[in-house]
Order: sequence, then C-alpha cells, then structure tokens
Amino acid sequence: MIRALLLFLAIAVPGRAEEIVADLSQDRVSISTNFDGSEILIFGAIRRDAPRSFDSKMSIVITVEGPREDVTVRRKNRVLGIWVNADSVEMENVPSFYAVASSRPLAEALSAEEDLRWRITTRRALTAPERMRLARWEPQFLNALVRVNTAAGAYTTSEDGVDLREGTLFSTSIALPASLTEGNYTTRIYLTRDGRVTDSHATALYVQKVGLERFLYVLAHEQPLIYGCLSLLIAIAAGWGASAIFRYTRL
Amino acid sequence: MQIYLPIAEVSVNAFLLLGLGGLVGILSGMFGVGGGFLLTPLLFMIGIPPAVAVATGTNQIVASSISGVLAHFRRRTVDLRMGTVLLIGGLIGAALGVQIFSVLRDLGQVDLLVSLCYVLFLAVIGALMFVESLNAIRRARSTGPAARTVRRQRKWIHVLPFKMKFRASGLYISVIPPLVVGLLVGVLAAIMGVGGGFIMVPAMIYLLGMPTKVVIGTSLFQIIFVTAFTTLLHAMTNYTVDMVLAVLLLVGGVIGAQFGTRIGTRLKAEQLRILLATMVLVMCGKLALDLLLEPSELYSIGVDG
Repeated sequence: MIRALLLFLAIAVPGRAEEIVADLSQDRVSISTNFDGSEILIFGAIRRDAPRSFDSKMSIVITVEGPREDVTVRRKNRVLGIWVNADSVEMENVPSFYAVASSRPLAEALSAEEDLRWRITTRRALTAPERMRLARWEPQFLNALVRVNTAAGAYTTSEDGVDLREGTLFSTSIALPASLTEGNYTTRIYLTRDGRVTDSHATALYVQKVGLERFLYVLAHEQPLIYGCLSLLIAIAAGWGASAIFRYTRL
Repeated sequence: MQIYLPIAEVSVNAFLLLGLGGLVGILSGMFGVGGGFLLTPLLFMIGIPPAVAVATGTNQIVASSISGVLAHFRRRTVDLRMGTVLLIGGLIGAALGVQIFSVLRDLGQVDLLVSLCYVLFLAVIGALMFVESLNAIRRARSTGPAARTVRRQRKWIHVLPFKMKFRASGLYISVIPPLVVGLLVGVLAAIMGVGGGFIMVPAMIYLLGMPTKVVIGTSLFQIIFVTAFTTLLHAMTNYTVDMVLAVLLLVGGVIGAQFGTRIGTRLKAEQLRILLATMVLVMCGKLALDLLLEPSELYSIGVDG
C-alpha cells in the first residue's frame, strides 16, 4: 500500500523531477571609477531524479530585474515652433533594468497564460498590477517607456540568448549598461516544458557604487554643505595654484 | 579611458573631458572670458545631464575667475563697494534662480529653459560681437579717425533714490541699478551655469557708466562669490555638483588657459573677436536647431528624485 502511494506521488508530481541549480559569476556588481557597464554570467544545470524525457519541448528562460523606481514619461509637442515637453504620465514602481533571455523564441518557450501568471516578458513584467502603477492609462506612454529604455540598453530581450547544452547545462550572459541604478537586482530562472513553467529559481545580485564613487555620492546627498564647500575648495585651490605656478614659470 | 561620474551617473571618456576643459581653457585664456557659456552647452552635447552641467559649470567658473581677480587686486582695479552692491543683488538672484531651476526640474522643463536662455543670449551676444568686430576691421582698413564712442549719460539713473558714493569708480549713483544688474546676473548664473560677465561688463560700462579699468576686476569679484554661492545652493537643493567631472575639467582648463593666453597675444584683437563671435553663433545655431527640428524620439524618461 505504502509502496503504491509512493509510486503514485512520483508520477503525479513530475514537476519536481527536474530542478534548477544555478549560480551567477558574481553576486555583486561594483560601480567603481572606471565602471563602463558590466556583464554577468548566469549558469547552471538541471538536476534530474529520472532520465531526461524527450516527450515535451524543454526551454530555459532567464530574467534579471533591477530595482524599481518612480519615473515620469514626457512627450514633446510643438509649441510656438519649438519642441517642448508638453504631456507627461507618472509611473510608479518601474523596473530600472529588465533583461529577458531564453533558449528558444519566447513564443515557443512560454505560453501566453504562463507569461501572464509569472510576468516574464518585458511588457508583462511592467504591467503587473500589483507592481506598477500608472497615473493614467496611456498605452502610448507605456510603449515609449519600453522603447526608450530598450534603446538605452536598460530593457533587453534576447530570444536564443540562453545556451542550453545536452538539455542539462545552461548559461547566458546579461549585459549591464553603464547607466546602472544602484540596488538589489533579482535574477529568475524558469524551466519550461511545452510552454509551462515547471520549476523556477531566484537569486539576488547587488549593484552598488564603491570606493570614491560611493564616498562622493553619499557625501553629496547626506552632507551637501560639506560636499559643496569641498567642491569650492578644490576650485579655489586649482585657480589659485594655477595662477601661482603660471607666474612662477613665467619669471 | 572611461570614467564613471558619481553624480551625473554616466560613464564618459576622461580624455574627452580633459580635452574639453583644455579647449575652454584655451578659449578663456585667449579671449579673457570665463568660458561658462561655452563649457555648459558643450557638456550637454557629450551627454551630461543639463542639471549637472549647469551646477558643475558654476564651480568651474569659481576656479577660472580666482586667478583673474587676484591679478586685479594687485593692480587695485577692483571697486569693492560697487562689487559688494552687485554681489548683494547677485546672491538674491542666485537664490531665486536655483529655486526656479528646482521647480522647473520637477516640471521637466529645465532643459527647455536652459536651452532657450542659451539660444537667446548666445544669439544676441554673438551677433553684437560679430557686427562690432566687423566694424572695427572696416575702420582699421579705411584708416580714418576712429569714431569715438561718447558715453551716454542716462538721465533716469540719476533720478533714482538711495544714492551712494563709489569712490573707485568715481560715481555717485543710486544703488538700485547695480542691485538689479547683479540680480539678473545671479539668476543667469544659477540657470545657465555661467558667470554672467558677458552681461555684466556691458551693463557696467553703458548703464552704470563705470570706468573701463575697474569693470573687469569688479565683475570678476562679483562673479566669484555669486558662482560660489550658486554652486553651494545647487549642491544643497539639487545635489547636482559632480566633483569628479569638476576636477577633470579643472585640470584641462588650468593647462589650457596658459596656452590660450600665449596664443591670444599673437593674434589681433579683431580677429580674435570675430573668431569668438563665430563660435558663439555656431553654438547658438546648434542649440536652436535642437529646439526647432522634430526630435527622433519624442518621449523622454525622468526619474523622480
């Protein structure tokens, strides 16, 4: 009886038969003085209790989501012959970065219902009602948000960006632009079979300014008076020093 | 070599910034101008956010004006009393300007305001300089006696109350006109990231009737304090002074200014002025086109601070 029950469980819960094991090349991205964008490598394997089954199409979808922030999307209009920001929509909790990579085209890797449920593609991730809030529902502005961020490298979709070997090992690299926002990034890995998510795995990635960059940024925001005085001091010293050296070299 | 600017939050080439600082330094050395009105728009063009460009620009002017004012102090060509009156106006103006700047930044209109101010002032100044230097060259060619410019004594200036004696300038006039001039320059400093010498110098000569020899020193005196104050205000209200950017520009600027002064002594004054006027007009044209032509992307994203 017990043996039969165990057998039943093993068959009834096939989702657990495959499990994602993954890691990042680095769990911390440091924005230092010479930071000019970065690349993180996400890699892993699929652990199986049973031999690999070939009866359904398997794929890996990986997303990286940056910290959310409130933004204002503005549209320029021609007013009196010049182009000025005329219309705007405020949006709350917009991801500052969003990358999707998959091992096969997303339309095949993910069914529309699963996408809606897990909020995987850029558009779905953005419009999750529990996350993002728009001051007004304006699809044009939402399109513009995606378009501008895509052009800036903040939103990327790379179908076929995940390299899946032997149906077991997978890896992808996600490019992080130089204009990265500090904060906690979430990496999510989904294993899908025939468009259905069978397992998912999430890890965190921290992006922060370090060293001089961190020092100056914190000083500028927390001790603006001291920071301002320091800037002035440098300017005064440079101006004074230059004139002193110049006079000295001329003599 | 790319360098990440902590406040602007962009990555730019360090040599580009050094070169830019150097270029503006050369120009300011050659023409004896602060260079703020050239530096700030150039910073926009390489992708520095306007708010950061303006605030860092004012910091830059402090540096480039210091050495100038020291020389004038040694020659005793600073009217401290007039400078102080202009300065009071300037400080009020700067405070006002930074507030305007802050409000417009929230409204998303700060880029427009800064661009409009630049187009307007660069056009007027470029055109005036161009015409004047052309005339000067023509006069020099015709070898006729140079027409003397008679200083116009404006009657209304002498009617205003609160008169004060300015001994170094040999003037006895109301404090209202210098206060207003200072105030306007202060607003411009805060909004455009310039010293405002190009407005103040003509105003001091033609409007207040100050003798030319004290004009430069006195304007530099005012500019240093107003731009220093503006830098502080920007740092405290908008958090937009980028020290890394400032240092790179300073290094380039300091070296450039020395070369500029040497080049400047080899060229004729009229040629120099035509050159500067052309440059100002080109810059103005570029900014005007950006406003007039339909941008390829109508939408922009601003992060709410």
